[in-house]
Amino acid sequence: MKNLALSPLQAFLFLVVLVSGLILAVIGSGNGYFQTFTALTLINVMLAVSLTMTNGFTGMFSLGHPAFMTMGAYVAILFTYPVGRKGFAMPALPEVIAQIHLPLPLAATVGALVAAFMGWLIGRLVVHLQTHYLAVATLGLIIVVQTFALNLDGFTRGGRGITGVPREASLWLIGICTVLIIVLCWRIKHASLGRAMLAVRENEMAARCFGIDAFRLKLLAFTLGAGIAGFCGALLPHVVSVMSPKSFGLILAFNLIAIIVVGGQGSIVGAILAALFISVGSESLRMVEESTGVYGVTQVIVAVALISFLLVRPKGLFGLKEPLIRSS
Amino acid sequence: MPQLHVQKLSKNFGGVQALSKLDFSVEQGDLLGLIGPNGAGKTTAFNVLTGVMPASDGRVEFEGTDITRLSPEKRSHLGMTRTFQNIRLFDDMTVRENVMAGAHARAGRSLLHCVFGLPGQTQAEKRIREIADDMLERTALTDFATRNASELSYGDRRRVEIARALASAPTLLLLDEPAAGMTDTEKGRLSELVSRLNDDGLTIILVEHNVRMVAALCRRLVVVNKGEMLACDKTEDVLRMPEVEAVYLGRRRSEVM
Repeated sequence: MKNLALSPLQAFLFLVVLVSGLILAVIGSGNGYFQTFTALTLINVMLAVSLTMTNGFTGMFSLGHPAFMTMGAYVAILFTYPVGRKGFAMPALPEVIAQIHLPLPLAATVGALVAAFMGWLIGRLVVHLQTHYLAVATLGLIIVVQTFALNLDGFTRGGRGITGVPREASLWLIGICTVLIIVLCWRIKHASLGRAMLAVRENEMAARCFGIDAFRLKLLAFTLGAGIAGFCGALLPHVVSVMSPKSFGLILAFNLIAIIVVGGQGSIVGAILAALFISVGSESLRMVEESTGVYGVTQVIVAVALISFLLVRPKGLFGLKEPLIRSS
Repeated sequence: MPQLHVQKLSKNFGGVQALSKLDFSVEQGDLLGLIGPNGAGKTTAFNVLTGVMPASDGRVEFEGTDITRLSPEKRSHLGMTRTFQNIRLFDDMTVRENVMAGAHARAGRSLLHCVFGLPGQTQAEKRIREIADDMLERTALTDFATRNASELSYGDRRRVEIARALASAPTLLLLDEPAAGMTDTEKGRLSELVSRLNDDGLTIILVEHNVRMVAALCRRLVVVNKGEMLACDKTEDVLRMPEVEAVYLGRRRSEVM
């Protein structure tokens, strides 16, 4: 096995070739369904990798990703929605912003920054909470954000949702972001910063006793995760062209947790593989659901997979390890 | 000025007085033993001294700074590090990574450095690795560097904890029962390590059950019993005190020694 392992540089090149090959093939096929599915899968990969950083590296148990995705999505749409239709769709929007049109990469960055700032603010209050207390707090956050989105209908059109979001999220943009975010999380994990985060996860008090500021590191991981979630949330409606307060909710939070538990909390390779596996798996199951008329099978199977992993292999596929890649 | 100055330090849990008016000071370069029977409050004293638990009353000064209300990480930044009675290693990480984590606060760089590979990042990582390898060598753990911390024997795990603590470059090291569960050979090697570190100028406070080891290593002893300080003096004088014998050694002094 050791001899087969790739160096980080080789792994990076492999990833670039793989992602661009996939995108070329999917675009070449000309099949809109495949293109959308690939875009959503890659976004799932980004979400899973960022959550394995927030939760897996530091040992927190945050379910808050969908909340930050919702923030990022609505903020980005404010800047990408066609200027001519903003007055009708978002009557409460100040004239200054209504006149601005930004390309998606910029708008998504603004969305990510807003989500990261909110993550930092909220994180200051909640990251000291241990395990399931943090889970409950962030679960509440999802509902709070959804309620805001529902009621700020001057910006969000409330429960009717925003339709006709420009489909500006190209596969290439998503592919590049996926690679960048994987590299970002990889670099953190394999630097002193990442080791310090893992130390906090393994034993917070011991880590603090030799000078590691656990609160700061957890807040950093939470803020970064919120920012990446905000970015992914901003991309998503620009793939499917609709956005509603219910787009990113509890089921997504559950699916993301399932992905990182299956992959091994803290394993980037594990998160990628599990995200691919669960995306492809649930899409195939969805087709089965439609052809047989038995709806909800997907959620049941994901839940069963999660429970089986928790029972049989609580550390997931790889634990903290990165299979097939040498660490240095 | 003493390096560590403890004044009337007390800790109570509800109505239970775990530590009452502990008073002692430690000079730079000292090797002090903290002894007492089970439940005497030794580990509580360590917890309060290192900030793991807040003090109920009293004051702790470290190198002239009042640290009574500081967090463990702040105390560590000032130069105070500890090990734990129940070993707290990072089991999913290798021995070297454990020790490298110990050097983070001292030599690690920020997020921006690490993500964008800013100047200084590579050197910082190299330096952390050098610090870790140096500590592994000093604690005779070089051969285990790439093993998972969980795979090591009990005595080796204890030494990893010491190596990790050393990597943070402490000036005062608190060792909580480092010899517990060790074989006699391991105890011997540990004693050598502790006295070597002390010879290099490191101040050490040692909680230990093994009186033979404490008597051989420590110049001064603090004896606690039921949270109260019984004695604080030169080792040979303390061990001769009748009240210490009565409380800690009982009538079996000859057997224990």
